[in-house]
Amino acid sequence: MAAELHVELVAADRQVWSGEATLVVARTTSGDIGVMPGHQPLLGVLESGPVTIRTSDGGTVVAAVHGGFVSFADNKLSLLAEVAELSDEIDVQRAEQELERAKAEDDDEAKRRADVRLRAATAAR
Amino acid sequence: MGAQLRVYKRRIRSVTATKKITKAMEMIAASRVVKAQRKVAASAPYATELTRAVTAVGTGSNTKHPLTTEAQNPARAAVLLLTSDRGLAGAFNSNSIKAAEQLTARLERDGKQVDTYIVGRRGVAHYNFRERKVAESWTGFTDEPSYADAKRVAAPLIEAIEKETADGGVDELHIVYTEFVSMMTQTALDARLLPLRLDEVAAEAAPKGEILPLYDFEPSAEDVLDALLPRYVESRIYNALLQSAASKHAATRRAMKSATDNAGELINTLSRLANAARQAEITQEISEIVGGASALADATAGSDR
Repeated sequence: MAAELHVELVAADRQVWSGEATLVVARTTSGDIGVMPGHQPLLGVLESGPVTIRTSDGGTVVAAVHGGFVSFADNKLSLLAEVAELSDEIDVQRAEQELERAKAEDDDEAKRRADVRLRAATAAR
Repeated sequence: MGAQLRVYKRRIRSVTATKKITKAMEMIAASRVVKAQRKVAASAPYATELTRAVTAVGTGSNTKHPLTTEAQNPARAAVLLLTSDRGLAGAFNSNSIKAAEQLTARLERDGKQVDTYIVGRRGVAHYNFRERKVAESWTGFTDEPSYADAKRVAAPLIEAIEKETADGGVDELHIVYTEFVSMMTQTALDARLLPLRLDEVAAEAAPKGEILPLYDFEPSAEDVLDALLPRYVESRIYNALLQSAASKHAATRRAMKSATDNAGELINTLSRLANAARQAEITQEISEIVGGASALADATAGSDR
């Protein structure tokens, strides 16, 4: 059995996902970072972006994360996000509509949020 | 029907209607408590992880941050008071307002100027009626606060604490909320959010004295702390909002339960009084008839002779 790490993906108001994984890729402010079992203890600031979790049974979980932190210690990885959505919870149509609206209103933050959602949703397909 | 009896009947009817309403409110509050408690529990993982992370940065590096260092002569403090939008919750609001007033008095004794921030219409009304200054207030979400609400409340507070005291900033941030201990017990208490007492936070994060690992910070300890502390404040405010909401519903439930009980008692007393009044009426009628009959009998007996 390959080495595993325990992942907890928590949003401010709920636990989004938790389980075992072999690799987690997240975007920090200084670039993408991949965490595998046995990584050095780490605490980083997350950017808005998709987080990819390769689960130990070979599947892939993608989540859209908007701001937050990643912390890793003792083979336990915590992803803390103010807002986090799993890719299958994302309504692609709505995200597209939001992107259109954000573009029309020139709202950079909303544009980025919708963009991240769309990317996470398409990455999982 | 006699006038008195009619009055009693009418009162019984009105109390019965009131009882139905309070009973319904009690049940609504009871179901809301459960919901609010669930929300408190759901927010716990985020809060715990965040506390751990703050402790890790705070103790694992020698970073100095305005949000963790105590000012030498704190001159201004912000007090955030959490009340509810609606009443009918027993002493819930007056308890938290009282706690806030005690805290304010204590801070003023220490020579600090206090800025008051209020959540909830009840608190706002209390302060406005007494014409006290309120720095900022928010209303309309106390029954079911969301994280976005907590962010909205936290934003000006974080801004105020980051500003220099001379430019209208504050040195300390206190929060007054009602802790949800159990269904029967809720206590209003005050806590200092900022500057952070790292040893206290550490005790909370690792109660068994476990040693936190040496973290690698990405991009740097300062940047992580910069990003972490506002989130920490938001999460604490969110937790306090949720606990206050749960406490408010529990207090409403209790107040409505005693109102329902009182109404039942009142109905009993009134029914007894109504019964007595009806009986008195009957007795009087009988004695009138008997009196009339015997007067007639006396009259006829007299004419016979």
